[in-house]
Amino acid sequence: MSAVIESHHDDHHHGPAKGIMRWVLTTNHKDIGSLYLWFSFAMFLIGGAMAMVIRAELFQPGMQIVEPAFYNQMLTLHGLIMVFGAVMPAFVGLANWLVPMMIGAPDMALPRLNNLSFWILPFAFGILLSSLFMEGGAPNFGWTFYAPLSTTYAPPSVTFFIFSVHIMGASSIMGSINVIVTIMNMRAPGMDLMKMPLFVWSWLITAYLLIAVMPVLAGAVTMMLMDIHFGTSFFNAAGGGDPVLFQHIFWFFGHPEVYIMILPAFGITSHIIETFARKQLFGYSSMVWAMLSIAILSFVVWAHHMFTVGMPLAAELFFMWATMLIAVPTGVKVFNWVATMFRGSITYETPMLFAIAFVVLFTIGGFSGLMLAITPADFQYHDTYFVVAHFHYVLVPGSVFSIMAAVYYWIPKWTGNMYDERLSRLHFWLSFVGVNVTFFPQHWIGLAGMPRRYPDYALQFADWNMVSTAGAFLFGASQVLFLFIVLKTVLGGKKATPEVWEGARGLEWTVDSPAPYHTFSTPPKVS
Amino acid sequence: MFQRLKNNYRTIFYSLLTTSFYPAKAFAQWDNMNMREGVTQVSRDVFELHMLIFYICVAIGTLVFGVMFFSLFRYTKKRNPVPATFHESTKLEFAWTLVPFLILVAMAVPASKTLQDIYQDEEGEINIQVVGYQWKWEYKYLEDDINFFSNLSTDQDEIYNLVPKGENYLLEVDEPLIIPVNTRVRFLITANDVIHSWWVPDFAIKQDAIPGFINTAWTKVEEPGIYRGNCTELCGKNHGFMPVVVKVVEQEEYDNWIISKKNEAIKLAELTEKEWSLAELTSRGEGVYEKNCVACHQASGQGMPPIFPALAGSEIALYDKSRHLEILMEGVQGAAMQSYANQLSEVDMAAVITYTRQAWGNAENGDGAYVVPKDIVEYKKPKI
Repeated sequence: MSAVIESHHDDHHHGPAKGIMRWVLTTNHKDIGSLYLWFSFAMFLIGGAMAMVIRAELFQPGMQIVEPAFYNQMLTLHGLIMVFGAVMPAFVGLANWLVPMMIGAPDMALPRLNNLSFWILPFAFGILLSSLFMEGGAPNFGWTFYAPLSTTYAPPSVTFFIFSVHIMGASSIMGSINVIVTIMNMRAPGMDLMKMPLFVWSWLITAYLLIAVMPVLAGAVTMMLMDIHFGTSFFNAAGGGDPVLFQHIFWFFGHPEVYIMILPAFGITSHIIETFARKQLFGYSSMVWAMLSIAILSFVVWAHHMFTVGMPLAAELFFMWATMLIAVPTGVKVFNWVATMFRGSITYETPMLFAIAFVVLFTIGGFSGLMLAITPADFQYHDTYFVVAHFHYVLVPGSVFSIMAAVYYWIPKWTGNMYDERLSRLHFWLSFVGVNVTFFPQHWIGLAGMPRRYPDYALQFADWNMVSTAGAFLFGASQVLFLFIVLKTVLGGKKATPEVWEGARGLEWTVDSPAPYHTFSTPPKVS
Repeated sequence: MFQRLKNNYRTIFYSLLTTSFYPAKAFAQWDNMNMREGVTQVSRDVFELHMLIFYICVAIGTLVFGVMFFSLFRYTKKRNPVPATFHESTKLEFAWTLVPFLILVAMAVPASKTLQDIYQDEEGEINIQVVGYQWKWEYKYLEDDINFFSNLSTDQDEIYNLVPKGENYLLEVDEPLIIPVNTRVRFLITANDVIHSWWVPDFAIKQDAIPGFINTAWTKVEEPGIYRGNCTELCGKNHGFMPVVVKVVEQEEYDNWIISKKNEAIKLAELTEKEWSLAELTSRGEGVYEKNCVACHQASGQGMPPIFPALAGSEIALYDKSRHLEILMEGVQGAAMQSYANQLSEVDMAAVITYTRQAWGNAENGDGAYVVPKDIVEYKKPKI
């Protein structure tokens, strides 16, 4: 340890390099955090534009603006880009910015690996998006890419898709290793595991999940590659394989994956509610145990995505019960947040508005999740818009709102400027109304029988589809406002104090705003 | 009485939810906003489960959000400048772990019971094999040796908004599955190419159709009628255009239908023996083509290369009659083209090959050779 001890005066010798090479060669956790966040925002807009194509086509019954074949490419790329390009990199960006500052470390433990794990991402998505211009079009088999639709019957671009997924996986694994090594080795003296901020805890658990399941995804796409090009029959019944095997492997990755996209949101929400309720978080240790339980349970519930594939009764019962069990720790978290607000001293800045919306709307997504867990009822819900409504409720006003809340909450620390409170409230309300108008009616059309991944539909679904499309365009347009607010804050605004928020707790609020290029060159003491 | 009361509650609940953003009268049909009760014991059980858990969620939600919004309203900084300092309570935390657990157990019991009923899949009085294809369903009546395909019958012009859409837009087929009322019917569900999923909401049956594997489902429908459903597993381009339609009839009508289907088969065999003229074959072939081939190869014969090749001007359609026949009979390994040997009768097979060798100027540009039904019979004979 003695080798890293520096005097405080050395700090200003290590400012950022100039020009574009600063960003290409950077090993600074703050720079890389910003790169991740901007990249994910770009992907959010691209994936969002695809969602607009989907909703525009569904505005009325009949085929209007795209062909069914292209529609399938849009829904596939929308899913892949939002999951792997928008939500996951945004959380990695937040981890980069915040984890070292929250634990009192000078940087991530493996800075060059950090650079690499970011810079392979644009190539992964460049490859994926380039498939749009290939003969036969982009992948068109859904983000879940079930075989044999994604093998024997896939367009030639599937090989590029497989390569791109491999790169994304490598990036995620490197990022996770970095997070784990940083948290395990670089905490300030006195910061025990059970004193870590919850965002750090949530990322520690997330990183383990990623390391556990990303190789499984890599295995699945490699088997696809073998089936397509090297004559194997992993997923081809005619050759002795099993298409259902693909689904088991995919969802063994896929279910932990959905918790990868929500656990950091739990951490963020806990911090924000605690700050704006001006009251210590209720039940810190039960929050940690709840996240651990959710993470462990996520490995034994995967087949609830596959209740209709014809599993034996015993398997259906097991996966139903195990899935229902997840409601217990999730409920604990929601109760804890409510108890934190209870008898607090609450103000409603924009991060708090997003956090409150997160709690309410994520809980609604949790309710529909509980309904979906009931196997006999799932036979009716499965692959309808009810499922679409469910997972968009947990992903958009869930994960995405938590990311926006985090940006508003920490951007004064990142830029040294306060964001525009009036505009950001407008952004919140437009997003809030937009998201509910888009997705709430989808519960109804799903229950009434509209299957998902349909480019066209029967007439009784026409009214609510029209409403849903109107909501989607409102939500989409309000994200342009978000971009404007962020740019405005980066360029100027009221200067922020080091504490920024009256009730904020945590080491990141002890350094200047904006945070200096290097923070905690000397570790702080945590009591 | 209770039923009506329940329906009223449902209506009131939905009105409250919806009036916030749209005048309720425009959406008069509440049935379009909830699961259907359906027409079997299982579907009613499933509906009850659905409503039960829905009400439980509403109750929990009301409680949790009630406390939360009370706090948000009552404990603002203005009204409560000094926050409390409590931050844990073992008793409380134990209670809100245990109580939800007990509620879950209470939900799991009826759910598990209904699931067991659904899994009673012993042989039915009638057994029907359901086969999913890109993009249609085949129904095989295993006892009666009857089989036929069920294709979407909605006009392309309706889909492309050239003419007004009919009442059953996208939910209508040329030939529905027919089963008798109050009879235990078992379905053996599989697929020929990719995974499909056979869903009839009114029976609460949704089973994936998986190539190489057979899944089972059963039903006993209590009311005659026409019940409509969909394919619910993404199966490619026309996933949204392969509906399921089941017509449930009285036993007597069913028996008569079986007899007429068998007579049809005899007539078809006679057609195979008949001498066909080129014009007759071409005109019959056009109909077969529109039903089975246009989805991929397009009405213009231009296809959608590279996955679905053009037939107009194709080397095979111009000069290679025997390869042409072979592709239709065997399919193309590793490509989207499937075997039509069991999907088309000998007459239709000959007709569609002849049509594609005649249409789009293929006859003028190629050898113009055509195929008659007897050629197909010949091809099908076992080779020694």
